[in-house]
Amino acid sequence: MSEFINFYLFPALTIGSIYALGAVGISMIFGILRFAHFAHGDLMTLGTYGILAAAALMPVNPLLLVPFGMALTVFAALFVDRYFYRPLRDLPTIYTVISSFGIALVFRSLIQLVWGSENQVLVAGVRPPLILFDTFRVSVLHLQAIVTTAVIAVLLHFFLTATRTGRSMRAVADDPELAEVSGLDTAKVVRWTWIIGAALAAVAGAFAALNTSAHPNLGWNLLLPMFAAAILGGIGKPMGAMAGGFIIGMAEELSSYHWIGDEALISPSYKTAVAFVIMISLLIFRPQGLFKGRLL
Amino acid sequence: MTEQLSVTGLTAGYGGPPIIEDISLSVEPGEIAVVLGPNGAGKSTLLKTIFALTSVSAGSIRLGERELTECRTSALVPLGVSAVPQNRNVFPSMTVDENLDVGTYAAPPADQKATRERVLSLFPDLKGKLRQPAGELSGGQRQMVAMGRALMSEPKLVLLDEPTAGLSPAYLERIFDLLLDIRKTGITILMVEQNARQALQIADHGHILVNGRNHVSGTGEELLGDKDVRRLFLGGAAG
Repeated sequence: MSEFINFYLFPALTIGSIYALGAVGISMIFGILRFAHFAHGDLMTLGTYGILAAAALMPVNPLLLVPFGMALTVFAALFVDRYFYRPLRDLPTIYTVISSFGIALVFRSLIQLVWGSENQVLVAGVRPPLILFDTFRVSVLHLQAIVTTAVIAVLLHFFLTATRTGRSMRAVADDPELAEVSGLDTAKVVRWTWIIGAALAAVAGAFAALNTSAHPNLGWNLLLPMFAAAILGGIGKPMGAMAGGFIIGMAEELSSYHWIGDEALISPSYKTAVAFVIMISLLIFRPQGLFKGRLL
Repeated sequence: MTEQLSVTGLTAGYGGPPIIEDISLSVEPGEIAVVLGPNGAGKSTLLKTIFALTSVSAGSIRLGERELTECRTSALVPLGVSAVPQNRNVFPSMTVDENLDVGTYAAPPADQKATRERVLSLFPDLKGKLRQPAGELSGGQRQMVAMGRALMSEPKLVLLDEPTAGLSPAYLERIFDLLLDIRKTGITILMVEQNARQALQIADHGHILVNGRNHVSGTGEELLGDKDVRRLFLGGAAG
């Protein structure tokens, strides 16, 4: 039991947290701007390198430097929306989707150009785990990721249900034409969608890099499970995307636990395929996701 | 104080050939005006054009002294114009309470609480359903939510696109009664309606469009008493 919790459950919840934070932005952008933002993973990577750059100047806990990563991703997201996505808004969606592929490549190339393509670590050395009840050994990072994501989920829920901007965002996701007829400021809604999506991508990038290491493909490699999480939660349902992230993360990690006998149920090298299978199954059998999101 | 709506020589469409041509009509403050006509006459297009959802190629739309053809859709609510589309007129995943609240964002009323009470007194059915998602309501209840949302900004003019479409006869009667109640509050109503006879019975003025053009206009009573109108648009029977 303690082996399951120490080596599978907490790592699974951590991966789930990273997916959840990334999937929120993907789901909100899909729900409000109506396109699959393939540059979201690379936006995450950009956030990681923003933190890395700040860490080079300020030798403090990298999590304290997350606001620098957020500032960089928010600026980058608002910039590409203004100059690359907005001019394509009235054209068929495929133009924006292809454009987001291009932006993903631009982000990745810029990162390689500025910071190089080798792996870099945010924190060097081994940090001892916390020992709870003399039995459970929990990595401090895992605990930080899980607690931070839980706090963000609560704040996001409050923002979406109790504030004027949050409700306006949900209204635009529900029906953009009716939102416009109701006089809502859709430009402001779009701006906030990018701000929240990009800021959470930076947090996800920070935890992803702390969990492994920073490299230019960090976010791109996580894009598929994050999309799977967004679809699982229901497109346009940020809280659904959060839940989807945790489910995909848990499914991936726990698929390699030795549920039957001594062998792993699925070899850890096939973990990513689990997210892929879940995503394809959902697209076939329940495209609206678990929380009745927009049909793709 | 409400203001007169004047549509003059209006020609508009969706980018291709015009759907409505040279339409002129006026709606006096505080009255109910109904736009009638066969399918494809351009009734809904007229309403969408007033709400800046089509492209205008000629003519003007004025509310009092204000020219509305120069305004974007989202700018109309602060000017005192609210609209209730025919379909998809509520935010389905949001609660009834949230739907009403959204109606205040573009033009917050001076006393939001009092406005909300006033709107809920017009639609008492909604009081017990405030926490229910609007998408789970019946067609008639959704129509009430949509009308309630439109009234939350305390508009001068409300545009209604077929408010009784698809409703049961019981709800149909209630919606027409509600329109009379709304008129009593001094709000001007311009609506498109398929239930021509009942609409003319409550309307101060009616305007019949055919092939995107003005055909005949008059008071509700005049149109109900007109032999040609009865034969062509009211199913032939005397009123």
